[in-house]
Amino acid sequence: MDRKVRVLVAKPGLDGHDRGAKIIARALRDSGYEVIYTGIRQTPDMIAEAALQEDVDVVGLSILSGAHMALVPRVIEKLKELGMEDVVVLVGGIIPDEDVQTLLDMGVAGVFGPGTLTSEIVETIENALGRQPA
Amino acid sequence: MTNTDLTTVGGLTQALEAGNRRALARVISHIENNTDLALPLLAALYPRSGKAHIIGVTGAPGTGKSTLVNQLAGVYRQRNLTVGVIAIDPTSPFSGGALLGDRVRMRDLAGDPGVFIRSMATRGSLGGLAQATADVIMVLDAAGFDRIIIETVGVGQSEVEIASAAYTTLVVEAPGMGDEVQAIKAGILEIADIFAVNKADREGVDRTVMALKMMLNLGVPEKFQVMHHGRMLPVNLPETENLPQGWTPPVLKTVAISGEGAEELTEAIENHRLYLEQSGGRILRDRLRAATELRMIMRDYLLETLLARTDAAVLEEMVEAVARREIDPYTAVRHLVNEKAV
Ligand code: B12
Ligand SMILES: Nc1nc2c(ncn2[C@@H]2O[C@H](COP(=O)(O)OP(=O)(O)O)[C@@H](O)[C@H]2O)c(=O)[nH]1
Ligand SMILES: [Mg+2]
Repeated sequence: MDRKVRVLVAKPGLDGHDRGAKIIARALRDSGYEVIYTGIRQTPDMIAEAALQEDVDVVGLSILSGAHMALVPRVIEKLKELGMEDVVVLVGGIIPDEDVQTLLDMGVAGVFGPGTLTSEIVETIENALGRQPA
Repeated sequence: MTNTDLTTVGGLTQALEAGNRRALARVISHIENNTDLALPLLAALYPRSGKAHIIGVTGAPGTGKSTLVNQLAGVYRQRNLTVGVIAIDPTSPFSGGALLGDRVRMRDLAGDPGVFIRSMATRGSLGGLAQATADVIMVLDAAGFDRIIIETVGVGQSEVEIASAAYTTLVVEAPGMGDEVQAIKAGILEIADIFAVNKADREGVDRTVMALKMMLNLGVPEKFQVMHHGRMLPVNLPETENLPQGWTPPVLKTVAISGEGAEELTEAIENHRLYLEQSGGRILRDRLRAATELRMIMRDYLLETLLARTDAAVLEEMVEAVARREIDPYTAVRHLVNEKAV
């Protein structure tokens, strides 16, 4: 039907590594999602507000700066403040193994590093939204 | 805000009226997805709309439309006017997905409660897109935004249709986008109320401005200038006679990355708004739009109703018969419709 899953792809913080985020944005478009790409240097406020205005189902954060442990909880907090606690949050980029579980415990649905297959991301999104993968 | 029910028509419209942005976003989604709430929401909000000035911004990809929208909205905010933005990008025909990247250029507007930006994919059919866009514009209008800016990729008929929802249509050109001015190719000359030649910091601006001005002098007959959105207005409407001086589309230079020319461009838009109000063009346009809209909705509604009443097997039989040339499609339709009308 008309219903399309909408995904926000954002880069929080001062990190300028945007190649991965752009690749993921395109890959998700090619998987049938409507992807809203915000670009770099987004504050958690900006990301949460964009997620609200665009009424997205998923927020994907791309972080290669090492600041994920500070940024991710702030984005999740802002989303909650705006009543968007149901939004699926994904994190990608350079995330050390020891941080992955902590992020998942915060409510992140999946963490994806270099070499991630698009199919894994799609599966995580569809599972989190309670849908059957296409 | 926490005890607002955003799952019902009443709750949504009430919250939207109170300025709840989440409610506004949810309502737009209902319209876009054509859910069961879409119609009742449209019905509830329609009487509240009609106050905003609607501005269409169109032009070839890369001319700087999004960057320019960022500047225009900025100028409006300085004037204490609120701005709703709809940025439309194409749906991929292969995957059905879309990459909506206009927000990247509208960073300056983030965090301003007087601005609301929504990205939209073209999704299905062309006519459907024009209607869906008009409906989303109406929602932003009802939500109280003073100015609504719609960005579309100006490449064809669908964009022309979307532009018909705007009161003022801005066509964006840029130097060095090929030898010819894009407007000629795309045939969007007729819908332009204002031309912006963006990237005026680049080589060749004056050539592009000259080309546009020449085209306007040569190619626009007198009566087109009298009419707003030339093709839309029948010449014999009595109001046409009362129109004062015609509107000649101004050609303005802008540098969207620095903001140069944005003030003047905003001024031109506001002049056009005043022109439409004083000449009666706005009322005319509203009437024409209503006429087109009603016909379109009637057509869809009739089709749906007829299809629902038609036995799928009978329809299939008829398709076969037409394909085998046993019956012509016109007679077939009359047969189908009459049979069911009994
Ligand atoms: C290319 C690169 C650059 C380029 C960036 C170009 C650009 N526009 O992107 C340049 C040269 C500019 C650069 C600069 C710097 N870099 Co650099 N850079 C890299 C490098 C070599 C590759 C990154 C890359 O593009 N990979 C290719 C893409 C496709 O992969 P990816 O981004 O990881 O994305 C994949 C996954 O992570 C995942 N993914 C990513 N995002 C998302 C989002 C979602 C939602 C999902 C689901 C998945 C997902 O899917 C993608 C596809 O598989 C890495 C090292 C490395 N091997 O990763 C260092 C690296 C990231 N850089 C690093 C550093 C330190 C810097 C600088 C600070 C160096 C300096 N002192 O100046 C600057 C900072 C610049 C800035 N403003 O932020 C460090 C970061 C250290 C850290 N995290 O602690 C790294 C890890 C190198 C290192 N080992 O030290 N860098
Ligand atoms: N030199 C120059 N570049 C501009 C100007 N306006 C926009 N751009 C750049 O042109 C590119 C396309 O801009 P964008 O607003 O996305 O164009 P759109 O596709 O028409 O929406 C971006 O890299 C902008 O930074 C301008 O006035 N001068
Ligand atoms: Mg754009």
